[in-house]
Amino acid sequence: MKMRNLMALALAACTTGAIAMRAAEDGQAFEKIERGRYLAVLGDCVGCHTTPGGRPFAGGAALETPFGALIGPNITPDVATGIGGWSEEDFRRVMHEGIGRDGARLYPAMPYPAYTKVTRDDVSAIWAYLRTLDPVRNEVQPNQLRFPFNVRRPATSTWDLINFKPGVFQPDPAKPDVWNRGAYLVEGLGHCGTCHTPKNITGGDRGSEALQGALLQDWYAPDLTEDPRSGIGSWSIEDIVRYLKTGANSYDIASGPMAEAVANSTSKMTDGDLLAIATYLKDRAPRSGGAVTALAADNPRMVAGQAIYEDRCAACHSRRGAGVPSLFPRLASAPLVQSADPTSLIRVVLIGNRAVATSAAPTAPAMPAFGWNLNDTEIADVLTYVRNTWGNAASAVQPEDVTKLRARLQK
Amino acid sequence: MARKLPATDVVIVGLGWTGSILAHELAGSGLNIVAIERGPWRDTATDFPPAYAQDELRYHIRHDLFLRPAQLTMTVRNSVNETALPMRSWGSFMPPNGVGGGGVHWNAETWRFLPSDFQMKTHLTERYGEKFLPADMTIQDWGITYDELEPYYDKFEYLCGTSGKAGNIRGLVQVGGNPFEGARARQYPTPPQKQPYGPTLFAQAANEMGYKPFPQPSGNLSQAYTNPLGVTLGSCTYCGFCEWFGCGNYSKASPQTTILPVLVRQPNFEARTQCEVLKVNLDDSRKRAAGVTYVDTSGNELEQPADLVLLCAFQLFNVHLLLISGIGKPYDPRANEGVIGRNYSYQVTSSVDAFFDDKIFNPFIASGAIGMCIDEFNGDNFDHGPHGFVGGGYMGAVQTNGRPLQTTTRTPKGTPRWGLEWKEAVAKNYLSSYEAVTHGGCCSYRDAYCDLDPNYTDRLGRKLMRITFDFHENELKMSQYLTDRLAEVVQKMGPRQFEKKPRTGPYDSRIYQTTHTCGGAIMGADPKSSALNRYLQSWDISNLFVLGATAFPQNAGYNPTDTVGALAYWASDAIINQYLKNPGPLVRT
Repeated sequence: MKMRNLMALALAACTTGAIAMRAAEDGQAFEKIERGRYLAVLGDCVGCHTTPGGRPFAGGAALETPFGALIGPNITPDVATGIGGWSEEDFRRVMHEGIGRDGARLYPAMPYPAYTKVTRDDVSAIWAYLRTLDPVRNEVQPNQLRFPFNVRRPATSTWDLINFKPGVFQPDPAKPDVWNRGAYLVEGLGHCGTCHTPKNITGGDRGSEALQGALLQDWYAPDLTEDPRSGIGSWSIEDIVRYLKTGANSYDIASGPMAEAVANSTSKMTDGDLLAIATYLKDRAPRSGGAVTALAADNPRMVAGQAIYEDRCAACHSRRGAGVPSLFPRLASAPLVQSADPTSLIRVVLIGNRAVATSAAPTAPAMPAFGWNLNDTEIADVLTYVRNTWGNAASAVQPEDVTKLRARLQK
Repeated sequence: MARKLPATDVVIVGLGWTGSILAHELAGSGLNIVAIERGPWRDTATDFPPAYAQDELRYHIRHDLFLRPAQLTMTVRNSVNETALPMRSWGSFMPPNGVGGGGVHWNAETWRFLPSDFQMKTHLTERYGEKFLPADMTIQDWGITYDELEPYYDKFEYLCGTSGKAGNIRGLVQVGGNPFEGARARQYPTPPQKQPYGPTLFAQAANEMGYKPFPQPSGNLSQAYTNPLGVTLGSCTYCGFCEWFGCGNYSKASPQTTILPVLVRQPNFEARTQCEVLKVNLDDSRKRAAGVTYVDTSGNELEQPADLVLLCAFQLFNVHLLLISGIGKPYDPRANEGVIGRNYSYQVTSSVDAFFDDKIFNPFIASGAIGMCIDEFNGDNFDHGPHGFVGGGYMGAVQTNGRPLQTTTRTPKGTPRWGLEWKEAVAKNYLSSYEAVTHGGCCSYRDAYCDLDPNYTDRLGRKLMRITFDFHENELKMSQYLTDRLAEVVQKMGPRQFEKKPRTGPYDSRIYQTTHTCGGAIMGADPKSSALNRYLQSWDISNLFVLGATAFPQNAGYNPTDTVGALAYWASDAIINQYLKNPGPLVRT
């Protein structure tokens, strides 16, 4: 603590602006700072703004987009490399308007289209918390996009005209408080749609398809609508709460990017907020997908897939796809298994994957890789079988899809 | 010259069962813990996934999971008058290596010892008189009782999720369990595994003969189980690749499937793998351990100072480290003095092979610990007076595997060892033959011990450890007796022919029997005849504890792991609740 005070003094001595700003701050605003800390958890700020094993909030790992890489900047109060020289109003503009301190538009990897819904009070609390962090000197070059996407974006861009609707969340007076809290979290700080909402050609949300599932970084973030087959229609509110709190429920275990979201954010949320999120999610309409018919059991690809399944998969996932809660994900009637897009399934079969560990569900089981001893056709067949048996129904997986993903993952 | 690292509170040598248990228990008390492991990190999905976990050639024939003798081995001889030679390929036992240790490749047979096993010397002397025991037999009481250890057995079994049927709950004998076992506080965490045909038939025959057969307690689980740490195990698929293999589907109890997921989340725990501890360092007083020195794969020597040193390596390596480090007085068999290396013991197994015409056993439906057993001839469950030996063992139909390479050796006597006739015999008998087993204890003797070899050194110039061991008449008589009793039950199963294979001498270190080597730094009540007190604390160096079967004064007629696990919890309880509050000897002499 002494060290920090000295550093603060040193900073103050060399930056007049910093003195003025600090004078306006209340470093002992315990309630506000604590609230800000929790709000930063709700927003999973640490997820994008920290490298694995690195100092929290001091700059993140690359987020790969179709347009190139973006890196979460250093948001510790370091004057030279972080946001130490910012004012609270600078921070609010970033959160609410997506406009950086230099007046340029941010890239929406910073989910300001969601954060614009966060109340002014909450933004202020997050700011108060971030000001209390140890300043870390760490130069980050956030913009690593390819030309022409790396060109400075004007404050008023066509993209924002199409994709960005500024404005704080407005509660629906017809709905109970718990619902409104859930909507506020899901649409705002939780920024669930950043991964789970399909994107248009410019990378903006397709508003009419909110949370219907989307592809990101070769993971398919699944459908979160009430769809009984590919969505969470069969999950109860308790199932959703348990999944978010522990990373596992009787259906599934979080893995991939959701494993990080659980570890950093949802597992640290209060039960009240988890209940609110689940209440809101369960009250949304199912996606309007057409009926899907399962492939016939005697389809040659189904027959081939079944043989592979029984040899390679049944030892853990069990013969009828029931799995084991908290250990082996259930495949029968599993939403992710029946996703419109099978990318996540192909991915975990090809290169394996480890589930999240939380203190409530610490097992962290892993799916071994099969890419080295199953070829593309075999992987397509076994997934086609899994997607179309035990009551499941979904499109067949094509060997070409496996080939393409294999090539991308080998890069 | 070793580079000295910053000090830590606890250094643990070896991250197998006991290292994981101690690390987890002590991490809860807030101490900083560094575990140093000679072998690699091992993870189920990465290192033994179902896609190749059942590779008999790789794991059983080529010893993939085990320490490579070129890194470290030991020399062996049968008697004090011989020159020992180094083991250049493993045979009789399989020294583990890597995170999880023997817990990765065990069969998971999870037995408690009998109450009288812990007072063996006193019990046998009282019942049969001192003269009944051979003069060179050096068996001792353990310094603890079964009742003291019971809560810790319970803790280890509930960690593992052990599948079984209790035979005695708080003194009430339970139908279908082992009526000879010591009282346990509660039922096993999960019900017994389902029994294949062979064990079912054995149990029928045993029942008809008036014995009380019961399912062998198994660490290969009958159903999914979440242990008190919150870690979930799956249900065994009866693949029969347990001993020598890692379990690919999270259903065999191991450090990986029970503790490590929780341990690695502790911020005050650190594991250093591929680092081999060379010795325990003592301070200038030579009454206190100062830490350990280890070497990494680049050949860098590093010194890790610590306030508390826990030797959690495999039994043989714990003894080797004590000898190399000059801790405690080395045992001298001529004078029968000294404690390090004393009372080295083992296990005495035997079998009866039976060949049937009208029965199909499907031996490939197996698990490392599945089977039906009887305990009438274990420990002192029967009157040894007429027989002229002490000790015993469980026996039964334990269907551990039907692995294709290993099972080809089960052909009737007189079958050629290769060629057409052999192939036909293998094909004819694979499904319809059965091997029943006895699992006998092993007493300790004055001339069975470990010391440093005068002739052979390892790659770093350290003297190898020398094992001097042979089977004694007592054990050979016991094995013959057990095998005869087993054969009577097998005969009742109705085979065309059967062959008794009692253990015979001399001990041959090339032939696999079990990895249950025991003793060498035993626990006891007297520092003149034991290296450790009843809390597994060194009598000489109070901030040094030695875990594992190293502490067994002699071996009982059971697999050792349950007792090893129970002693680990017993010792960690003593460290946390007694030692840390008042560091120093926990037993005054």
